[in-house]
Amino acid sequence: MKNRLKVLRAERDWTQARLAAELEVSRQTINAIEKGKFDPSLPLAFKAARLFGLTIEDIFQDS
Amino acid sequence: MNENDMPQSDWEASNKQNTVRLAWWTAAWVITMAVAVFGAQFVWKSSPWLTLAAIVVNLGVGVGMIIANRRHLKGLDEMQQKIQLEAMALSLGVGLIGGLAYSNLDVTNLIAFDAEISHLVILMALTYMVGIASGVRRYR
Repeated sequence: MKNRLKVLRAERDWTQARLAAELEVSRQTINAIEKGKFDPSLPLAFKAARLFGLTIEDIFQDS
Repeated sequence: MNENDMPQSDWEASNKQNTVRLAWWTAAWVITMAVAVFGAQFVWKSSPWLTLAAIVVNLGVGVGMIIANRRHLKGLDEMQQKIQLEAMALSLGVGLIGGLAYSNLDVTNLIAFDAEISHLVILMALTYMVGIASGVRRYR
């Protein structure tokens, strides 16, 4: 699954650690999601969407 | 603010606390196990009640370790839980299949020595570590 987490994070000048802290996951998990190696659960995707003020579809796209 | 300046999040702090708690329970379990085994052999020798008491204490601490482990696992994030699940599945599978095959080798006298439970524990621990390393590498 493709996603725009890295772009959204860069727009805010956030590190992976900062985003990880906001979403209450490890930095490794953020890295794996950004690289498309791990697909987040629906609750985590909703949490990310809420954090960025977007919809899930705006962040995650089925590849 | 760079990553090194990031204050520790509540989730991270709680995770760390769970890990430390699990480490203490594990250490206590190992110590009580050693007391139960070596105490009976070298310290009180002919007192079955002391041996029984040491085993009961070891069991009780073991329950505490299980609860601490459950708490630790529940506190992990979803990817970490997946890595743990896959490693534990591998460890359980290899332990069950390997352990029974090893026992069969002993029962059928195909090996000259006794199949010890400690060998199985070592096999499961090594398999678990390989599973964790493999999982961490896969999602890196």
